[in-house]
Amino acid sequence: MLYREAGQFKTNYRADQAVFPIRQDFIGIAALLAVLFLVVPFTFNDYWLNAIMIPTMIFALAAIGLNILTGYAGQLSLGTGGFMGVGAYACYKLVTIFPEVNVLIHILLSGFFAAGVGFLFGLPSLRIKGFYLAVATLASQFFLEWAFGRVAWLYNYNPSGAIEVPNQYLFGVAIAGAPASSVTRYIIVLTIVVALALIASNLVRGRFGRAWMAVRDMDIAAELIGIRLLPTKLLAFSISSYYAGVAGALMVFMWLGAAEVESFDINHSFLILFMVIIGGLGSILGSFLGAAFIWNLPILLRAMPKYFGADINAATVEHVQFMIVGGLIIFFLIVEPNGLARLWSIAKEKLRRWPFPY
Amino acid sequence: MELLYGIFVDPFVQMWEFPDLLVQVLWEGFVSGTLYALIALGFVLIFKASGVFNFAQGIMVVFGALSLVGLYAFGVPAYLALILSIAIMGVLAYSVERVVLRPLVNQEPIILFMATIGLNYFLIGLGEMIFGGEPKTMITEELGLPKGAWDFEMLGGFVSIQRIDAAAAIIAGILVGGLAIFFNKTRIGRALRAVADDHQAALSVGISLNQIWRIVWFAAGIVALATGIMWGARSDVSFALSIVALKALPVLILGGFTSIPGAIIGGLIIGFSEKLAEFYWGPLVGGSIESWFPYFLALIFLWFRPQGLFGEKIIDRV
Repeated sequence: MLYREAGQFKTNYRADQAVFPIRQDFIGIAALLAVLFLVVPFTFNDYWLNAIMIPTMIFALAAIGLNILTGYAGQLSLGTGGFMGVGAYACYKLVTIFPEVNVLIHILLSGFFAAGVGFLFGLPSLRIKGFYLAVATLASQFFLEWAFGRVAWLYNYNPSGAIEVPNQYLFGVAIAGAPASSVTRYIIVLTIVVALALIASNLVRGRFGRAWMAVRDMDIAAELIGIRLLPTKLLAFSISSYYAGVAGALMVFMWLGAAEVESFDINHSFLILFMVIIGGLGSILGSFLGAAFIWNLPILLRAMPKYFGADINAATVEHVQFMIVGGLIIFFLIVEPNGLARLWSIAKEKLRRWPFPY
Repeated sequence: MELLYGIFVDPFVQMWEFPDLLVQVLWEGFVSGTLYALIALGFVLIFKASGVFNFAQGIMVVFGALSLVGLYAFGVPAYLALILSIAIMGVLAYSVERVVLRPLVNQEPIILFMATIGLNYFLIGLGEMIFGGEPKTMITEELGLPKGAWDFEMLGGFVSIQRIDAAAAIIAGILVGGLAIFFNKTRIGRALRAVADDHQAALSVGISLNQIWRIVWFAAGIVALATGIMWGARSDVSFALSIVALKALPVLILGGFTSIPGAIIGGLIIGFSEKLAEFYWGPLVGGSIESWFPYFLALIFLWFRPQGLFGEKIIDRV
C-alpha cells in the first residue's frame, strides 16, 4: 500500500528516465544510506565492520566493475583479480613516490592505472569473443600475478614480497594503516563505493550504457546501427578495470592493511564473477546483493555449527562450505538465472499490487 | 643490444652447442604437451556434444585420480579400485546430466559455464571431504605402470627419459585412437557427431540428447581419470592440479574448441613452446614464465586465426 506510484505524474522525459523514477525508491535509498552512514558506524562493533561491512562494500565495488564489463557489455572476463591487484600495487607505488599527497587521492588515481592495463588487455576483444575472450583475460590474470611476484620494484624490494600500508592521516585523523579505526575506514569505503555506484548507475542508463547493451545483445547488429565496436568495448574494459582497481586499492589500504600476490589470484576473479552472476548480470543493485550473499554465506556457515552446539572441526566445515557454495551456485542458476536482482524486482512488482492479487 | 642478443642469438647458440639439453627439453615439452592435450580432449568432447564449456574438467582429473588413490587407501585392490573409479566417473556423469544439465537446457552458454564452475567447487569440497585434502602419491606400481628412467647416451651427452612418461604418451595415443574409432565407426559415435553438428536436427531424427550427454560426460570422465593417473604418477595427486589444468584453455584456443586433432596438436605445441620458452628465454625476465606464456602464445595466435587451427569457421549473422 505504501509502495505505489499512483499520483506521481511525469511531465517530461527527463523525469521519466531518472535514476529513481518512483518517489518511494528514492526515499528508500535515502533511508538506507542514512542508516549506513549514521547508524551503522555507532552501533556495529569492530568485528562486524571489519569482517562483514567493509569487505562486502569493497567486493560490491569490484562486482560493479565486472558487471559493467560482463553484464552490460557482454564481455566475459576472468581477470578481475589481476586488475584489482594493479590498482593495489599502483596505489602502493603512488604512496611511496608521493608520500605528501593524501592516500584518498591515490586510491582514486590508482584506478586509472588499472584502467590503462584493462584497456591493453581489452584490445583483443575486437577480434575474439565469448569463451575465447575469457581465455584472453586469463592471460592477463596469470601475467599480472607473475609480475606482482617477480618485479621487485612493485613491492619496493621488500624481502617478504608483500606490500604494507603506511600510516596516513587526514586533518589529524588516522585514515590508513594500523592506527586507523574501523569506523573511519568504514566511512571512507562507504563514501567511495556509494559515489562510484551512483556514477555507474548513471553511466549504464546513458548513451554508453545503451551502446554496451546493444553490443552485448548482438555485436554485429550494434555495428550496423552505427555503434563503433572497438571504442565501445575498450571503454567498457577501461571503466570496468577502473572500478576493479579502486576496489583493489581499497581492499589493501582500507581493509587488509597488507597484501601479497595471493590476495589477487584467480580465485578472487572467480569469487567476483560468482557475485555478479548470483547477484544478477546487468544490475548495479545485483552487484551489492551478490557481494553480500557470496561474502557472508561462508561466514554464516562457519558460525552455524556453534549455534546448534555441534562440534565439527574446522576442516570439515571448510569442505562443506565449498560444497554448499558450489551447490548453491548451480541451484541459483537453475531456479533464477537472472540472479538476486530479479528476485528483488519480482518482490517489488508484488509489493506494488499488495494487498490485491492483481 | 645485449637484450636483443639474449633474445635472438644466445638461445639458438645454446641449442646448437648442447643438443642433448635441447632433446631433453623437447622431451619434457612433449610429456607435458601430452597431458595438456588429454585435458583439452575432455573439454572438446563435452563442448562438441553439448556446447558446454566445462570448467570442471580439471577438477574431474583430480577427482578421478583421488578416488582411485583413496579407494586403494581404504583397502580395495588396485585393479578393482580402477574399475570402481571408472564407475564413479559414470555416476558423476549421470548425476551431472540429471541435476545440472537437464534443468539448464536452452540456457545461455555463460550460464552453463557458470554452472560448471559451481560444479568445480562442489567437487573440490566433496573430494576433500571424502578423501582428505593433503597431496597423495599415485599407486603406479600397483597398477603395473613402469618405473625408473632410461638414460640414452647421445649427441655428446645424456638424455634421461622417465619410463612412466613414455607409458603416458602411449596410453594417450591409445585413448585418442580408441575415441576416433568410437566416434567414426559405432552407432553411438555417429549419433554423437550428429548432436555436435546440430542439436535440433539430431533430436528430430530421434537421437536422445540426454543419453548422448551422459555418454559424452562419461567419456570425458574416463579421459580425466587416465589423465589423473598419468599426472599423479609424475607429481602428487593434489588440488593444485586444477589450476595447472587451466593450461588446457590456451591449448583449446590453438586447436579450436571443436576439434579432437586440434586438441592433440595444440597440446603438443603448447607443451613444446612452453618448455623451450621457460628454459631458453625465461632467465631473461626472471623465470617462471611458464605460468603465462601459453596464454600469450594463444593470444597472438588468435589475432591471426580467431577460430583456432582446426576449428570451424565462425560465421555471424544478424
